[in-house]
Order: sequence, then C-alpha cells, then structure tokens
Amino acid sequence: MTTNTESSTGEDFYAGASETTEGRVFTVSGQDWDEVAAGLGEGEASERVVVNMGPQHPSTHGVLRLILELEGETVTEARCGIGYLHTGIEKNMEFRSWTQGVTFCTRMDYLSPFYNEMTYVLGVERLLDIEDEIPEKASVMRVLLMELNRISSHLVAVATGGMEIGALTVMTMGFRERELVLDLFELITGLRMNHAFIRPGGVAQDLPPGALDEIRGFIALMKKRLPEYAALCNANPIFKARLEGVGHLDLEGCLALGLTGPVLRSTGYPWDLRKTQPYCGYETYDFDVQTWDTADAYGRFRLRLNEMWESLRIVEQAADRLGKLENEPVMVADKKIAWPSQLAIGSDGMGNSLDHIRHIMGESMEGLIHHFKLVTEGFRVPAGQAYVPIESPRGELGAHVVSDGGTRPFRAHFRDPSFHNLQAMGVMSEGGMIADVIVAIASIDPVMGGVDR
Amino acid sequence: MTDETPEQKTELETTEELAAGHEERAVGERHGMFGVRGTGDTSGYGGLVRPVILPGSAERPYGGWFDTVADALDPLIERVVIHRGEITFHVHRDNLLQAARLLRDDPALRFELFSGVSGVHYPDDEGRELHAVYHLTSMTYNRAIRVEVSAPDADPTVPSVVGVYPAADWHERETYDMFGLLFAGHPSLTRILMPDDWPGHPQRKDYPLGGIPVEYKGGTVPPPDQRRSYT
Repeated sequence: MTTNTESSTGEDFYAGASETTEGRVFTVSGQDWDEVAAGLGEGEASERVVVNMGPQHPSTHGVLRLILELEGETVTEARCGIGYLHTGIEKNMEFRSWTQGVTFCTRMDYLSPFYNEMTYVLGVERLLDIEDEIPEKASVMRVLLMELNRISSHLVAVATGGMEIGALTVMTMGFRERELVLDLFELITGLRMNHAFIRPGGVAQDLPPGALDEIRGFIALMKKRLPEYAALCNANPIFKARLEGVGHLDLEGCLALGLTGPVLRSTGYPWDLRKTQPYCGYETYDFDVQTWDTADAYGRFRLRLNEMWESLRIVEQAADRLGKLENEPVMVADKKIAWPSQLAIGSDGMGNSLDHIRHIMGESMEGLIHHFKLVTEGFRVPAGQAYVPIESPRGELGAHVVSDGGTRPFRAHFRDPSFHNLQAMGVMSEGGMIADVIVAIASIDPVMGGVDR
Repeated sequence: MTDETPEQKTELETTEELAAGHEERAVGERHGMFGVRGTGDTSGYGGLVRPVILPGSAERPYGGWFDTVADALDPLIERVVIHRGEITFHVHRDNLLQAARLLRDDPALRFELFSGVSGVHYPDDEGRELHAVYHLTSMTYNRAIRVEVSAPDADPTVPSVVGVYPAADWHERETYDMFGLLFAGHPSLTRILMPDDWPGHPQRKDYPLGGIPVEYKGGTVPPPDQRRSYT
C-alpha cells in the first residue's frame, strides 16, 4: 500500500472497501491482496469471493471481462463478459457496397485481417458465381498473405501468452518477428493492418517489385529465428510447469462445444479446413496438418510453433509460384466486377494510375461512366446466401453472406472462432487455480475485435 | 394460434407459386434505380418496381449426398433450396429440435460441428420476417449444410438448440441481442454484445444505423444511412 494514495484517515482514495447490498465490495488496484484478505477475515467470513477481472486488465487479452467465483485461490465458477469492443461492423456493412464491405470486416479480428477479408470475399464470389474465374495469381497471392498472416498471428499468440505468465523475453521475441511480417504486409498492401487488400474478384494490386526477394529473405531469417522459441520454451521447466495440464479440454469436450483450430488439433484430431474443404487451391500445396496429443495449453503452444513451420513451407511454395506468374492478372477479367483502375505511385503518393485517369478523362466517355458507376454504385450480387468457412489461425472462420440482389450486402454475419471458442473458458478453468485462468485463455487465443465485432 | 400462422402462409405461397408457374419466392420489392426519394427524378427509372426474389425450391433428385440427408430429414422439411452448390433445409420451427437431434445423432448424418446461428431480418416477408440460419458440419462425412427456420415478427419464438448443441449458447444470445428472436428453452437468454439496458435490437432492418453529419472542408457528409443509395 503506497502512502501517497492514503488519506489522513488511512482510507485508500482509489482502492479500498465499500458496503453494498451484495455485501462488501473491494476495489483491487494491485499489491493490496493482504488488505483484501484481512478485510475478508473480519466479521462475516464469507466463503465465496466473486472477482471481476477486467475488462481493463493486462492479461485478459484485450477488453475481456472475467467474472470468477473463488474459494481461496481456486476458481469454482467462471463466466465471460463480452461486448466491450462491439462496433457494429456487420450492421455497417449493410450500408456500404460489396467491395467496401472488405474495408469493414478486415477490422474485426485485427490479428488476422486477411482471413476476415478472405472468407467474406469467398462468399461474395460464390454468390457471383465467379469462383472458377479468379486468376491463378490472385489465388496464390491470397494464400501467400494468409499464411504470412498465420505466422504473425501465432507469433502474437505465443508472445502474449508468454508475457501473461511473466516470460517477457518470449513477448519481445514474438513481436520482433511479427514486425518483420508486418513489414512485408506494408510492402505488398501498403498497410500493416486493416489492409482491405483481398477484394471480390481478386486482390487490389499486383506484387510490388522486389517483394519476392524480401519474402525469401524473411523465410531464410525465420528458419533461424523459429528454433529460438523452441530452444527458449519447449523444455523450459518454468514454462512447462505453468502450461502443462492447464486448460485441459479433450476431444469430446471440443466436439460438444464445437471448438476448432489449435484447441481441437491439440487433442490429436487433424481437422483443418485447408485439407478437408480446400479453398484458394490449398489442395495443390504440400503441407501437413499439425496435431498434438496432450489437449492442454502446452500442447497448443507447441502446435502453434509447428504450424508456423508449415506456414513457412506454404509461403515458400507460393513465392516460387509467384516467380513464374509475373505480369499475370490479379483481378477477374469480368469488367462488370473488376475494380476499374490499378493503383500506381505518383509524385504525391499512391493513387489511381495516371494512365487510367488519362483514359477516362481524355479518351473514353464510356470508360468514365463505367468507372463512376462501378466505384460509386458497385456491382449487383445475385440474390441468395453463401457460407464459405476457412481455417483462420484460431479455427473455423466463416461469413454468412446474404444478398437480395442489390449493390449492398443484405446481411453479413461472421462466425468468429474467438467468439465461439471463448465459450470453453469456463470448462477449461473451473476447478483450477486463478493463475491458470490466464493460461487457459491465452491458449484459446481470443481476439476481442473478432469476439465483439 | 401462433403456430398456425406460418403454416397458413406456406399454403398461401404454394398457391401463389403454382399460379405464377415458378418456384421462386419473393421477399420484397425494389423501387426505382438510384435511391432518390422526394426529388424530381428525370431518368425515368424512378417508377421501376422489381420483386426481390430468392433462389427457389429444388426438385428431387438433389444429387449426391444431398438426397441422403434429405431422405433422413424428409417429414421435417418444409422446402429445400440448392444454390451455388450449398444446400439449405427450411424447417418449421416446431420441428427444429427434432431435426437438430436427428442431424446430430443419426449415424448416417453425424453433423457434429455446430458453426453458429445467424439471424436475418426480411421485413417484407410477411409472416416469416425473422429467420434463424444454422450452419452445421459433419466432420465424419465432411459435409456442410444449412438449416433455416423462420418466425413472424408478432411471435418471434424459436426453440433453442442449446440442449442438442451446447455451442449454440452464445450464438443464440447474440441473435436474440441483435434481432429480438426469443430462443425458447435457452438457459440464460440475455444480451451479450449490447449493454444489458439497451433498447431495441440493432441488426433489425427497422433499426437505424445512426451517425451524425460530418463536416469536411466546408462540405457536409451525411451519415451513411442517409446518403444516396443504389439498391
């Protein structure tokens, strides 16, 4: 208890206790557990303590609120309070054109933006019935970006998971490597996050010159850096003591709760949508579905490390293919859907290519009309509904896309794996220690942007 | 009484469909072309009225494993829609629980993975305004289907499938929060994303998007739902 927050009467201005109808309520501000314990000891020694952890707590992965009922340090009941990051993305998408929708959904799960874009775009493309017309280069670029994204997302999962148990070096290492991936994203899409790069019909832009060399350099570097994580953590006795057997959920539990992604694969079941229901040509890449058999937080950590290796393999293959696809189109040939202009770098930065501006402003009235119509109004998508799930770093991510034949989504609903998997928090942490709750949640790796949308 | 309404509607639709000679189902109308209202429209498209038609019912045989699933579900299905290679089983809400149990437990079906409920609000689809769409996956057979139920705005009740698929818990709470669909039998049907005391259900079509006009370089940009639209 620091003296500067104490008033003359010994009361804490910021923390302390107050009487309410529910009983005595303590506001905990850190390093005052003794005071709380002493306070609980007096008078009606209550058997149960309900602790509100979060929503502003450094180790609850964003604005997640946990309501924990404790007996001593044992959690007897655990509940989640979510919704603190709800931004109405799905509602907003109903008021924008189909292409603009990408700009919104990319912001949901902010650690895996390409996956949000991809599942939405696959749904739109299915409704447009142009799935077979997507140019090969666009598909390969999508795979490349998604797998790079899987690496960066898993790096954050490992990094924040380490940080939350006090392994700060794991955190600094994880973010160091993630920065390299974000640099690649910046080079290819222009942005580190929230790219809006995958569009209905293809991708927004061709690869910039020199990108493949940078990617190959990154692969070579990652092959040296990834073993560092293994060397630091895999056999580390403290790391293992904190993670092994924690957050246990076996196959039956996973299936009952519909869990997917690393949590399901850590039970030994090789369910991966890239293999079972391939999209974007994943069936043509050579990679293995990683599994583990311990069904605990340690298994999920090892699994994520292994998956990064597999992603590197896919990135390598995609880069090789892209080397052979120079000057190929990256957008569907149908001019009624494809974005009319390519971007180019001018003297004042990135913008519409000057050739295109010259064409529509000086040469072709029809071209101008076409550009205007497609950019302001957008294209119409035939009425119907589609759901194309993909394997995001956290599990099955799907967009239920409904069209009424208009230029805007009638409804776009995202089945976010973080939202779904977070339901298992209670099962994973009840009966365990309060410190293990953090580890269990970190092993689910929820991203609140995706949970609350 | 409430249970009769959707059935009557179904009959009505069938006669309409027969009269029109096609299987499609109209769920609304689209007026004009440029979204302009209240001003003079000289384009001539202002008087345009077109129905919004969703993909129609499919005829047997559906092909492949679609028939296997349809056979098992047969008496419970209202209609089947196959669109872009995805199959949707429209089920009456009274039959939903039975269908869900069958889909999960039948050794020939085994839809173990519950992937969520998605609400859709069709304000012009009279008598079945609110739809709940369930995505199910069979990991055993590697199949994916969609089950759709509807409820009228006047009686927005759908049975909860939490007893069959525990994973539906949060999804149903979200759909209730966003659409006001009441999932009968849900253990704790409370709001999940919006604050507990929030009025209204934001994802319904009659709920405004909200927003304020934004001033930029002397001009004013109206909020997105008041801008010119092209639907």
